[in-house]
Amino acid sequence: MGCIVLGCIILSIALAGLSPYDPEKSDITSRYQPPSVVHPMGTDALGRDLMTRVLFCGRISLTVGLSVMVITLVIGVPVGAIAGYFGGRVDNILMRITDAALSLPSLLVLILLSAILREVDAPFLKSNPVLTIASVIGLLAWMFTARLVRASYLAIREMDYVTATRALGASNLRIIARHIFPNAIGPVIVESTLEVAYAILEESGLSYLGFGIQPPTPSWGNLLSNAQEYLVKYPWLAIFPGIMIFLSVISINYIGDGLRDAFDPYKVLKKMGEV
Amino acid sequence: MGHYVVRRLLQAIPLMFIISIVLFALVNLAPGGPLAGRSPSRRMNPEQVAILKRQFGLDKPVAVRYLYWLVGNDWVKIDTNGDGIKDSYGQGKGIIRGDFGMSYRTRTPVIDSLRNALKNTAYLMSVTLLVVAVIAIPVGVISAVKQYSFFDIVVTTLSFMGQAIPEFWLGLILLLIFYVWLKNPVTGESLLPAGGMYTLGSEFSIVDWIKHLILPVTMGVVGWVTWYSRFLRSSMLDVIHQDYVRTARAKGLKLNKVYFKHALRNALLPLVTVFALDLPYIFAGSLYVEIIFSWPGMGRLYYQAAIDRDYPMLMAILTIGTLVVILSNLLADLVYARLDPRIHYD
Repeated sequence: MGCIVLGCIILSIALAGLSPYDPEKSDITSRYQPPSVVHPMGTDALGRDLMTRVLFCGRISLTVGLSVMVITLVIGVPVGAIAGYFGGRVDNILMRITDAALSLPSLLVLILLSAILREVDAPFLKSNPVLTIASVIGLLAWMFTARLVRASYLAIREMDYVTATRALGASNLRIIARHIFPNAIGPVIVESTLEVAYAILEESGLSYLGFGIQPPTPSWGNLLSNAQEYLVKYPWLAIFPGIMIFLSVISINYIGDGLRDAFDPYKVLKKMGEV
Repeated sequence: MGHYVVRRLLQAIPLMFIISIVLFALVNLAPGGPLAGRSPSRRMNPEQVAILKRQFGLDKPVAVRYLYWLVGNDWVKIDTNGDGIKDSYGQGKGIIRGDFGMSYRTRTPVIDSLRNALKNTAYLMSVTLLVVAVIAIPVGVISAVKQYSFFDIVVTTLSFMGQAIPEFWLGLILLLIFYVWLKNPVTGESLLPAGGMYTLGSEFSIVDWIKHLILPVTMGVVGWVTWYSRFLRSSMLDVIHQDYVRTARAKGLKLNKVYFKHALRNALLPLVTVFALDLPYIFAGSLYVEIIFSWPGMGRLYYQAAIDRDYPMLMAILTIGTLVVILSNLLADLVYARLDPRIHYD
């Protein structure tokens, strides 16, 4: 079911280009139109069609979500794998770093970092706002992936087949990447899927506060950032972007839940009637 | 056990130290700075900026600023009127002596603003948590006991939805419904106020306070109720199939008593640990509530400080936040050991 909803969202976002309206072009004659047949979600302060804008934002928000997932995997998997596989001192050092990162009050640091990056005058950051915000969120979220991967590697490295592989002369890197990895990745996939939903929520919250993605680039969060002022007169501006966030997050969560069941051997066996 | 606590606390000291260096560097090295955005309405000339810079000590290197922040500056002469001459000893005692410094914005001690804000946040959060407990515990228990019943399915679906609602958007929608759309039929005023802790300038009335609480508390409650009721449901499910529960039922005890007294006590064990680990999120999570409903608490204070680049205020709240995280992790471990006799630390 999650897949169906998400499929619809992705499809509509992909088809946003077919909309008769330009998401950026303003039309002063039709400012603040309430939802109607012509503008299903109404229009905003500059007369832009809200539905077209909301759908275009979907691209941004989903890109943020997926980028955060990639970043947490790129940092978290190697850290967790190395710590779990080698153990001992390496494990100790890596896990102390992870613990330290986990001791940061994450929401506060998130706000601080994005407030700072907003002011940094680097052309790269200015032209890649999506990547910037995704790295900030990712930098504060990789620890969970790392811990999960470490736990899997700790358990699997003791298994006989790993010892056998080592006896056959496989290098550490090969064991980590080719032999343990496929068996350890299940819970990580579940976690990363949920990470996408979490990142979309975080990004929309930050953008709502004005610290996330900045206005020329629209995102679901910053579409909502002026909504509170206009709540009395133009309530549709507040309703629709939020519904889109809600629908995407809930469908991703459903997929994550489905994957969790799929990767849970006990549940799979139960379904097949083996247990 | 005592040994263990002492060791964990000793380990926390270098951790706090390292984190404070990282955060201080982040805050202080950021471009912009507290003087950049200062009142565009009354533009300051460069000399005035330079004077302020010297007064705030922003002309010093970051390492020196960190030292002053950490141990105070009452042992060195500093420039208090910003004329470039070191005239008198500093006033700051440093954070290790419990002095959070002066806010750049209000020029009053940070600790005064903190004390008020902390009180307001604690008030909001304790009411929120109370409501969460009152709803989540019975809901979790009943939906576990009546697994796959109509009630359970409704609750599970609702809690799935509750987890996906962006918290700030929920606040906006609540405002839309209860402030904009629904009106008091007698007076024609909005049904519930849009923000604040009480009506300014009015006399204390308990009804007024409660009215101001309803929306912020509802906004905070939804996420936590869905999270805890789901958690309690699954931990109850683990417990109610155990032998001692069957024994209690076989003895002829009332079902209510079996579930709410015998089973619940064990099902709450993991929940207590999770709750301790959640404390920092509960503490930080009020940020969106406070901003939307203009609640004068810690979250709003931090938000304002982040916009103003009020370094002492930012550092004070970040330090407290870090402390809360570290202490609640410790608390979670201790509570777990205390409640579950099988766990031993040494």
